[in-house]
Amino acid sequence: MASETEPTAPAVRLSHVDVAFPEPKGGVFKAVSNASLDVANSEFVAIVGPTGCGKSTLLNCAAGLLAPAAGHVEIFGMQLSGLNGHAGYLFQQDALMPWKTARDNIALALEIGGTPRIEAVERAQVWLGRVGLKSFGDRYAHQLSGGQRKRVGLAQVLIRNPKILLMDEPFGPLDAQTRQIMGNLLLDLWAGDKKAVLFVTHDLEEAIALADRVVIMSAGPEARIIGDHTIDLVRPRDATEVRLQPRFHALHKAIWGQLRSEVIKAYGGEIG
Amino acid sequence: MPIARWKLFLLQALVAVVALGVWHVGATIPISLDGQNKPVYLLPPFFFSAPLDVAQRVVKMFTDGTVKIATCAEPFNIATMLQTNNSCFGKTIWQHLAITSIEGLLAFAIGSIAGVALGFWFARRPLVAAVFDPYIKMFNALPRVVLAPIFMLWLGLGIWSKVALGVTLVFFIVFFNVYQGVREVSPVILANARMLGMSERQLFRHVYWPSALSWMFSSLHTSVGFAIIGAVVGEYLGSAAGLGYLIQQAEGTFDVTGVFAGMTILAAFVLLVDWLVTLVENRLLVWKPPAASQQV
Ligand SMILES: Nc1ncnc2c1ncn2[C@@H]1O[C@H](COP(=O)(O)OP(=O)(O)OP(=O)(O)O)[C@@H](O)[C@H]1O
Ligand SMILES: [Mg+2]
Repeated sequence: MASETEPTAPAVRLSHVDVAFPEPKGGVFKAVSNASLDVANSEFVAIVGPTGCGKSTLLNCAAGLLAPAAGHVEIFGMQLSGLNGHAGYLFQQDALMPWKTARDNIALALEIGGTPRIEAVERAQVWLGRVGLKSFGDRYAHQLSGGQRKRVGLAQVLIRNPKILLMDEPFGPLDAQTRQIMGNLLLDLWAGDKKAVLFVTHDLEEAIALADRVVIMSAGPEARIIGDHTIDLVRPRDATEVRLQPRFHALHKAIWGQLRSEVIKAYGGEIG
Repeated sequence: MPIARWKLFLLQALVAVVALGVWHVGATIPISLDGQNKPVYLLPPFFFSAPLDVAQRVVKMFTDGTVKIATCAEPFNIATMLQTNNSCFGKTIWQHLAITSIEGLLAFAIGSIAGVALGFWFARRPLVAAVFDPYIKMFNALPRVVLAPIFMLWLGLGIWSKVALGVTLVFFIVFFNVYQGVREVSPVILANARMLGMSERQLFRHVYWPSALSWMFSSLHTSVGFAIIGAVVGEYLGSAAGLGYLIQQAEGTFDVTGVFAGMTILAAFVLLVDWLVTLVENRLLVWKPPAASQQV
């Protein structure tokens, strides 16, 4: 696959993507409308938007799990059909196999690709350490907390070293402190070998602290991409300390001004 | 608050003691005398026997060697034992137990293999499932007892007619569970497995198979129980060996003590098997969260 890719092409390109779901009562529900987004190679892009606007839906398109109703998806310049083999996807919901231990879940990601079991388990143990779960390898999913499960999932995705990282609210169930520790961990890993990252979050501060660009989606249905802000904070960053910089506040103020009205719309739609 | 083990055991034993006590008193202590000066019991022994008689009979069955009818010169071996319709009726209680166990085991194994295979096939081929759906429902609704005489006609009075009866019971339980297990794999887990690069074969091995097995194991108690029921009912309706046969023989001669003795042995046997199943289950389903009802 690597030879087929153009080095200059964006890692992910969504162009004029529409997504429609069949309605239970017939007809179609148009979730996303005319969304265009490029993620350059080694760029970290965060998507922020009100709940239910279609953030997960866009990631599913980039992963190849969902075919857009119109428009198309390109991965490293190649039209995507079927699953995106370059991408690792950390799902919003729990996706660990409940019948395997944390360590086996991580090791399996390697074994699928033909790594011998002994080596896979050894490397899985290293990754357990990296996500702060060194002594939790023998636990099954139901014996882990929501945040611990997310971290096992993160290790499961990262151990395969994918070129593109799709992350759907990876730190959702974590407390504020752990979120920042995990954010720094992610930044470190990303600084090591720069992957293209598409990162969904509902936390605007987190988006600004981590990303190169923050993309704003409008409230659904027919959600669009309504803002694309470049975050010019210097790297390397510390996910905690960066929030104290004046530039951070200026960016936050500017982006929040745009996001606010959409969040209100998303709820207004419910109430009205 | 969890109940202490010994306390629970004591309470369970108390239930048995009270029940047996009532039975004993009712069957042995006369409440009055009738016209011929014969004692009248609340639980006449002819209809209800008495706990001590039953216990004695059980002990006798295990110590006496053969149970009822003529003893047989033929030496004991598996081949003659499985010929349950042979002329040699003198079997020890162990042989009867062994025959019922073998029938149950075969019924469970064959029913499970068929149930798993068809469950997978149907779950992965919606057209097949849709076509056969009414027939599956039809056969499942059929009371299996009515099939027993037909199986005897087809397969004779030996163990296989009993195995067939058990299979018809076990198959449907396993089939429905595996079918459900394969179809209800969480779509997120499936999507994740695909994104991790699993091929169809790997999906089968790492996702569908464990999911289906977990559903099958969750019904292990039921399917093992039904395998034994199939065997015993089959024996009861026509055979020359097994626990069902023993009970049927005793009933045929109004030997109530024999009936209760047979039932006692059957109950103990089922409890033992159930305990073994629990052991197996605990090993195989370690990854499952305990059911809400067990989190006392
Ligand atoms: N399979 C589906 N069938 C029908 N409608 C769907 C389906 N998946 C998503 N939708 C709808 O599409 C819209 C976008 O959903 P999506 O999951 O992408 O939202 P989201 O932005 O990720 O929200 P959240 O922040 O709450 O996770 C929602 O209105 C949702 O109801
Ligand atoms: Mg979502």
